[in-house]
Amino acid sequence: MNSLAQPRAWERFFWPVVAAALLLAFWHYSVVWTATKVFPSPLSVEKGIAELAAKHVLWADIGDSLRRVAIGFGLAVVIGIPFGLWLGWSPAANQTVNPVIQLLRPISPIAWIPVAIIFFGVGDHAAIFLIFLGSLFPILVACVSGVSSVPPIFRNAGRNFGLSTPQLLARVVFPAALPQILIGARIALGIAWLVVVAAEMIAVDSGLGYLVIDSRNSGKRYDLVVAAMLIIGVIGLALDFCIRRLERIESVRWGFRNAS
Amino acid sequence: MLLTEASVLGTKSAAKLRAEHLGMVYDRDGESLPVLEDINLDVDDGEFVCLVGPSGCGKSTLLNAMAGFLSPTSGSVRIDGEVVTGPDPRRILVFQDRGVFPWLTVEGNIGFGLSKLSRAERTQRIAHYVKTVRLEGFENSYPSDLSGGMKQRLQVARALAVNPDILFLDEPFGALDSITRVIMRGELLRIWQTERRTIFFVTHDIDEAVQLADRVVVLSSRPAQIKDVLTIDMAHPRNISSNRYLELRDELLKQIGLAYEI
Repeated sequence: MNSLAQPRAWERFFWPVVAAALLLAFWHYSVVWTATKVFPSPLSVEKGIAELAAKHVLWADIGDSLRRVAIGFGLAVVIGIPFGLWLGWSPAANQTVNPVIQLLRPISPIAWIPVAIIFFGVGDHAAIFLIFLGSLFPILVACVSGVSSVPPIFRNAGRNFGLSTPQLLARVVFPAALPQILIGARIALGIAWLVVVAAEMIAVDSGLGYLVIDSRNSGKRYDLVVAAMLIIGVIGLALDFCIRRLERIESVRWGFRNAS
Repeated sequence: MLLTEASVLGTKSAAKLRAEHLGMVYDRDGESLPVLEDINLDVDDGEFVCLVGPSGCGKSTLLNAMAGFLSPTSGSVRIDGEVVTGPDPRRILVFQDRGVFPWLTVEGNIGFGLSKLSRAERTQRIAHYVKTVRLEGFENSYPSDLSGGMKQRLQVARALAVNPDILFLDEPFGALDSITRVIMRGELLRIWQTERRTIFFVTHDIDEAVQLADRVVVLSSRPAQIKDVLTIDMAHPRNISSNRYLELRDELLKQIGLAYEI
């Protein structure tokens, strides 16, 4: 089969299933052969997931994590997009603010945890602040580069139809930059999901991150630790799937020509 | 038929569009680069004028200055006696390609400049221009689903919908294949004859100019000056095999400095 041939329908499911099965088998026999007492086998993790699912606290933890991400990421979108559009539009503003942004951007949100706790105390607000920080920069950067790559033809056409600057930003620059902004938002949501787990290990006492650290601390339940990790992975995948659906909306699909 | 400078300028009050001693100098790495030099031109209301000239001579610069996107270094452009200071919905520039908004449907594009109208008026205006440019059935399509010719028709419809006095077209069919281009010329003439707008049309295609224009303005190479203005004294539809057509075309070729034989 050469690389241009379309894989058959059954092959597209069959090979990934084989790969996953091999990985599980490798995991299972590694646990068996090394006779480890600490690390759980796939079977005990599966039992762990069932145990967690039976307890109400898992659903509450998932709800808490998702709520924090929704608020922190939502704030980053609501504040980051207008701010990013303004920065992209005004070279003077960008030159003024860009050095600060570039300095803050490489600082991991994890490093902000102590500062967040000073500002907000231990609790929801600190976690939400960290998620907001982590999501803000990818959105800002995507907005600035999205705006600066809007073809001058679109801007000229907008001005030709008599639009004022705010109208031009809302009706031409924003929709023209939206595909790039969506890519930034997708990266931001991925980071938000990473940050919420880390923040919940330290700054709060609920959520999936807390579940991971609590399962270890209260009785070294590594089956529950790995179970919680897998749940985090599945939800992260689902979030990414959801935000990718936005790329199919007709008014942005033109910007994703090569992706689909 | 060649016109003298005096008759080109015409009488002062009649001109819809007038360029007076228009000059444009670009600043490139500290060196000044004259692009347009003392352009004087009058265009009458409802007239179809084509602008031709060698590649890179400043045709688009002149068009952009007339449409208000560039301010001239010297001289002025007047429309209805009023000095042009910026772009204005009363005169719309149609670009060569990629001018339509890809995030809007055909209807959304045509209605782009109509936000001040009531919903009923807007719907009616959009329907009228969908019909004018023959895009019925594509009202809810996005530009990515349209052919190049349809996109240009859409751009013309979006421009016409705001009821401009003047249409500036910057090589609007330059990116189309030659068959579509011929069809589009016919469409544009049909629209011009029913809508009666003043059209200022930049092209690098001599045949296009002779087929479409009432008058053809020939620019010299850079710094561009008006070399000649040729009146195309043929009624539409024009027979492109007639002697008069070939005479005019040869005259234009000569003006631009091209040989008759390849």
